[in-house]
Amino acid sequence: MKLVIIDTGCANISSVRFAIERLGYAVEVSDSPERIRAADKVFLPGVGAAAAAMEQIRDKGLAELLPQLSQPVLGICLGMQLMTRFSEEGQAQCLAMIDTDVRRMQVGELRLPHMGWNQIQAEQNSKLFRGIEDGSYFYFVHSYAVTVGNHTLSSCEYGGRFSASIGQNNFYGVQFHPERSGPVGARLLDNFIQLCD
Amino acid sequence: MLARRIIPCLDVKEGKVVKGVQFRNHEIVGDIEPLAESYARSGADELVFYDITASSDARVVDKSWVSRVAKVIDIPFCVAGGIKSVADAGRILEMGADKISVNSPALANPELITQLHDRFGQQCVVIGIDSFYDQQSGLYQVKQFTGDEKRTQTTAWQTADWVNEVQARGAGEIVLNCMNQDGVRQGYDIAQLKSIRQHCNVPLIASGGAGDMQHFSDVFTEADVDGALAASVFHKGLIAIPELKAFLRGQGVAIRN
Repeated sequence: MKLVIIDTGCANISSVRFAIERLGYAVEVSDSPERIRAADKVFLPGVGAAAAAMEQIRDKGLAELLPQLSQPVLGICLGMQLMTRFSEEGQAQCLAMIDTDVRRMQVGELRLPHMGWNQIQAEQNSKLFRGIEDGSYFYFVHSYAVTVGNHTLSSCEYGGRFSASIGQNNFYGVQFHPERSGPVGARLLDNFIQLCD
Repeated sequence: MLARRIIPCLDVKEGKVVKGVQFRNHEIVGDIEPLAESYARSGADELVFYDITASSDARVVDKSWVSRVAKVIDIPFCVAGGIKSVADAGRILEMGADKISVNSPALANPELITQLHDRFGQQCVVIGIDSFYDQQSGLYQVKQFTGDEKRTQTTAWQTADWVNEVQARGAGEIVLNCMNQDGVRQGYDIAQLKSIRQHCNVPLIASGGAGDMQHFSDVFTEADVDGALAASVFHKGLIAIPELKAFLRGQGVAIRN
């Protein structure tokens, strides 16, 4: 199994790599289109601001490649947001791999960023969440989110419901950080590697 | 529901975890990685590593332990100590830390907060504040260079004003260390935390004073903080994290299981 983490130049690449290695897999970090195209599974990590990250992806010549990938791709946090059509953060045109958009969270009196451990609830029966119970806690850090819609796989509540994960065809995205979400996070990464197609 | 966080703090000095009382007389608690791993396994929600010598010594010490910690633990962690520039922060984040916490260098150069926010995003930027209640004036004052008693200074900032300033500059989280309570285990400074909470629209973490399980319950229910940080009660085995979390759940506090 060839696993590749796309080198977006973002900050959480090491922790994603370590989490996959803790599961016992070898994984490569690369921004080479050939290496990414040849992978069995692709991870798109990311933290930071959407517009800046899109600029880096364009600079690396990956903006055309990523939507064309036919193998499973898992976007993590900002990586997930970049898979949508558009992010309100910096009015960024994104990769349009999943037909939805990212909006600033409207949480009323609550604090932003939404930071910490929160519970997810399944909205669809997805292989990504096999063996993971409703109400499991995952680690979130974000101020923008995808509203609940057709592509929502699981949801989370913080001043309103939003998509904790989304999916369309071979593209999957999680708003939380599975690499920092203890045993359930490890299970989700393993599900992606073993079960998703 | 978003859970309140229990955050063991590991003070690091010359590559070992240490603990002092009111910032003095540091004693060695143990090695970094096994402690980090055991806290993660016992249910800690997050870890903070403070390199307590770095800022006051005007140097950036060896931080290779950051990537060794990132390899072994599966919960988020934050690194503080001697981060004076965007480049310093970038190195720590690349090694696998989830957040960086800045204290004295942000006081010396508040523009650093803006730069860190613009480069890495708000979610990475934690501001640590050492706040001291001065009985004579009745004011909460921000202190600088608290890692070294001889160099500790009182700044011109009152705590609430500095809290407003760092948020305006893009801080994503604030750790408020109430110095009068640090290491004495008499309870968190509820009055101060409650008052700062009103100025703080980002996550607020309480630090200083945890002595028993009721103190954690009090700080969550009375001061509405997002997380509670503690060191000695965990390092000395006075409170076990699984018991603490069961106790808090029993008190109706939202806690990760």
